[in-house]
Amino acid sequence: MSDEILEASRKDDGSDGGRKAAMALLAQATSQELQAFWSQWNEKPEVETLRGPETGLVMVRGRIGGGGEPFNFGEATVTRATVRLGNGAVGHAYALGRQGEKVRLAAVFDALWQGETERRAVEDKVLAPIARRLSDDLESKRSETAATKVDFFTMVRGDD
Amino acid sequence: MYVAVKGGEAAIRNAHTLLADRRRGDRSVPAIRLDQIVEQLALAVDRVMAEGSLYDTELAALAVKQARGDMIEAIFLVRAYRTTLPRFGYTRPVDTGRMAIERRISATFKDLPGGQLLGPTFDYTHRLLDPALAEETPVETPARRVEAPEQTPRVTDILGQDGMIEADGELPEGSETGDLTREPLSFPLERDLRLQALSRGDEGFLLGLAYSTQRGYARSHPFAGEIRIGEVEVELEVAELDFPLTLGRIRVTECQMVNQFKGSSRQPPQFTRGYGLVFGQSERKSMSMALCDRALRARELGEDITAPAQDEEFVISHSDNVQSTGFVEHLKLPHYVDFQAELDLVRRMRAEHERRDGETSDTQEAAE
Repeated sequence: MSDEILEASRKDDGSDGGRKAAMALLAQATSQELQAFWSQWNEKPEVETLRGPETGLVMVRGRIGGGGEPFNFGEATVTRATVRLGNGAVGHAYALGRQGEKVRLAAVFDALWQGETERRAVEDKVLAPIARRLSDDLESKRSETAATKVDFFTMVRGDD
Repeated sequence: MYVAVKGGEAAIRNAHTLLADRRRGDRSVPAIRLDQIVEQLALAVDRVMAEGSLYDTELAALAVKQARGDMIEAIFLVRAYRTTLPRFGYTRPVDTGRMAIERRISATFKDLPGGQLLGPTFDYTHRLLDPALAEETPVETPARRVEAPEQTPRVTDILGQDGMIEADGELPEGSETGDLTREPLSFPLERDLRLQALSRGDEGFLLGLAYSTQRGYARSHPFAGEIRIGEVEVELEVAELDFPLTLGRIRVTECQMVNQFKGSSRQPPQFTRGYGLVFGQSERKSMSMALCDRALRARELGEDITAPAQDEEFVISHSDNVQSTGFVEHLKLPHYVDFQAELDLVRRMRAEHERRDGETSDTQEAAE
């Protein structure tokens, strides 16, 4: 799943598919990951924080029966931030939870990703490692769950 | 005339200091950390998130710690906290069909695409206390089975195709999704609002009501069509971007209850459904929710309303444990003046009663 996301983030067809995928990866990064990527980033741009980071709530919706009409299911904490780089690029980030610094850095990387020259570096040094970690996590959970799959067999009783 | 009585400030202050001391307990025992609660008391955290109606594992863990493990107090703390935050919007409905599955079982169909996945369950354990857990013993690494990922469609989607099971829930045309955190409830409710209330409702209360339907109070012949636990993606549409943003993933439990239905003037005999969706890993709660959801559809399905579990106003008005505890527990706050007034009243009634008693015995004596 995460590999598909990374693949999509490399798409440069002028649509927003690539940016959507990149932002999805940044939202699922850990705070430690983004701080490490930022501290290793060469030629850090000037960053102005336009909004936040601020924490609020979203009302999460489900669907009746799984696929029917929507209903409001419960809230979740979300943190958002908006930044502007020295070159004028504006980056946004939203992520579940209350980690302000993580979300601010996610907005910085979103802004960098929009620059033609920096995009490749953001993909290789930031998005790819996040995608790999998410994909490994998913795969190990999937295989652990698969080991608990029931293999039914039939017992034959009596002689005939 | 109104006379305010004041006092007790020092007593309250000292009581709170004492509470903090007792909460910490024996200082020679290490203080419990929030990450320990999140990791090792995960289902307590999940219950606080579900009934606090706020998904945030760390906040729920903090609430459990602050409440000394009192779940309803912890839920109360989380509910109070959420009122301090602004609302950014409503997410797109989560797609449980695309869940990253951690457990998935069906009690109705043995061979279903994706299989029966037991996951981390208490089922089939012997319920014998394990002394090994009292010590810090190493834990085995889980087994793995590497296989190509399989699609795990919802059971109700597989079997809904021939009309034997009713479709996912529809609402009357043009109805807007209700939100009980924004508008006070007014009965009768549509199913969306009932589901919102049930999802945050008290597990014990809903469990008891669900059990009552099995024991014959609004019998609904239920089968656990499917229970699935896992992570779903949460997406939000925001004004500044013209595509929905992925915010991350949350763990939820979904229960599809399938119920025999002998038909009505409007509908042919078929299986009807009850639905449960709860934050976290919360199987008992999602099953109870689904049974209550089905029972509460009596009006819609033209069934006789004969049992408490079918009475929407009764169930929904009493399912919220923060409201319930607020009203029950307020009884311990000072009612000195009310009680004094009642005491005077009872004294007067008693005097009246004794006077009448005296009169009756006088008349009786006279008659004899």
